[in-house]
Amino acid sequence: MSVDSDGRQIHSIEELEATAMLCRRGIVTMVHRANAGHPGGSLSAIDMLVALYKTRLNVDPSNPKDPERDRFIMSKGHASPAVYTILNEMGFISSADLETYRVLGGVCQGHVDMKWTPGVDFSAGSLGMGLSFGLGTALAARMDGSSRTSYVMLGDGELQEGQIWEAAMAAVHHEVNNLNVFVDRNRIQNDDFMDKQLRLFDVAAKWEGFGWAVRECDGHNMSELLSALEWMDSITDRPAVLIAHTIKGKGVSFMEDNPAFHGAAPNDEQLAQAMEELQ
Amino acid sequence: MTMGASRDGYGAALLKLASDPTVVVVEADLGKSTKSQNFRKVYPERTISLGISEQNMMLVSAGLATSGYKPFASTFAIFTERGFEQVRNGIARPNIPVHICGSHGGIHTGTDGSSAQSIEDLAIYRTLPNMLVIHPSDDISTEMLTIQLADMNSPSYTRTARNKTPRIYDADSASRLEIGKGVTLREGNDVAIIACGVMVSKSLDAAAELAKEGVEATVIDMHTIKPLDGELISNLASRCGAFVTVEDHSIIGGLGGAVAEHLSSNCPAPLERIGVKDHFGQSGGGDELLEKFGMGINHIIEASKVAIQRK
Ligand SMILES: Cc1ncc(C[n+]2csc(CCOP(=O)(O)OP(=O)(O)O)c2C)c(N)n1
Repeated sequence: MSVDSDGRQIHSIEELEATAMLCRRGIVTMVHRANAGHPGGSLSAIDMLVALYKTRLNVDPSNPKDPERDRFIMSKGHASPAVYTILNEMGFISSADLETYRVLGGVCQGHVDMKWTPGVDFSAGSLGMGLSFGLGTALAARMDGSSRTSYVMLGDGELQEGQIWEAAMAAVHHEVNNLNVFVDRNRIQNDDFMDKQLRLFDVAAKWEGFGWAVRECDGHNMSELLSALEWMDSITDRPAVLIAHTIKGKGVSFMEDNPAFHGAAPNDEQLAQAMEELQ
Repeated sequence: MTMGASRDGYGAALLKLASDPTVVVVEADLGKSTKSQNFRKVYPERTISLGISEQNMMLVSAGLATSGYKPFASTFAIFTERGFEQVRNGIARPNIPVHICGSHGGIHTGTDGSSAQSIEDLAIYRTLPNMLVIHPSDDISTEMLTIQLADMNSPSYTRTARNKTPRIYDADSASRLEIGKGVTLREGNDVAIIACGVMVSKSLDAAAELAKEGVEATVIDMHTIKPLDGELISNLASRCGAFVTVEDHSIIGGLGGAVAEHLSSNCPAPLERIGVKDHFGQSGGGDELLEKFGMGINHIIEASKVAIQRK
């Protein structure tokens, strides 16, 4: 591993993909152990988290509360297994902590919680709130004259919440350029496919209409994700949103594109099959 | 012992109500969980899915209700609170009969953790004029009481629970249920235990244990939090003279708060409140959390003894 001119570690695509694979195994294992949780939206999000944490996010596991850290706000807080596995890879929490997912007294609460887990910047679980919070941390950074950046991940179902669009409007009005958003566009929500529940139609056009810089990519393609992160850096006059096209449950055949695995655990047999597939 | 989850009773009631063509179901992407999907599967044309938008759901329901429909809108208890001001100004203030159901109420909800565990819903909805607030104890009573809601001309909030707990009612005993009237499940003169929701069966277990020690407790299923059955409470004040309230909710403002208000104004008597003591929940098993937070059967027994001593 070498470093670039900004002092960031350079990871090969293969290294990043290998990390994402380890995280996927971790996600499925955690949800199986807890016999509850949200594997689908964790597996769709994990490649983005690996790219972000490994190549961009300025955070320090030995000083998780550093005021000058970048912020990552997981607004779709049910995808906590994805966050916990990458925090484990980064050294914020241990592998033993992963075993406490949803367990009484555990570091890894059902939904991401800043009071319980080092490295978690936002207590989520109620959808629609994270973008407003990210706007707050971005405005604070600007008032401080700090270069720290706020990244927010939203679910596409979550975009149905009105508060998202209140925040989207405010972010452009306030001309924040240190706020970057990932939309995990996996096309499934809790009950069913979004097209059956409440259609979003053209998501990119919506954000454009609000004045955001918009880009789309394959949310499972590591090199596309790395160029998207470069693109976010290059946008200096507005907030930026990446619409990442993903597959819910990505990597586990029987979970892929299957609304039943939004919030359900695999049984023992399914776990074994998933581990076979996630190599 | 047969078990049932009150949310299943809600799903069953919607199906029974469907013979009234003005009954409509409104959803916010939790129909699988609240069980409104039972209705959607059979009557998709009368089910309105709004995606994840609770504030929107409240006023869409109000619009339907003023146009001759009887809307039953549901999501998790906690997420109904997202639309609280909408309920206050858009439903309760103009007294529009929208029936809101919040499922997964209380910490018994379990491993989802504090963000999903509403411990304040009963309290906040109880403060709204015109609002009826019910929290049944099992699936059978939820079904019966939900069916009665369809004839009400004012808005209501019903809290249901996620998990299966022992059944309290059968078809016969449920047929005598009436909104606004507490149910005496066990009679005794030493202490009155007033409970709601998943805590009713725990209270019956506690009363059985107390009886072994010679303490006779009355146990009430106070399924209607508002309007509170004040007459029943006043009678119990003279008969038992000591109270314990038991709820999977904050001890502030819910059943305990309501009973305390009634006692202090009408017939002061010692009261011990079992519930969540002014803190948030966390992940864990439902019963595990009840024990941890001082809401288990033994805690009800202890609280009963303290209440009796304070007579
Ligand atoms: C305000 C609010 N309403 C409802 C829920 C229940 N809920 C949890 S996840 C979910 C679906 C989320 O879909 P999406 O944002 O697309 O997430 P993903 O598919 O990526 O998991 C719902 C409705 C919630 N957590 N918060």
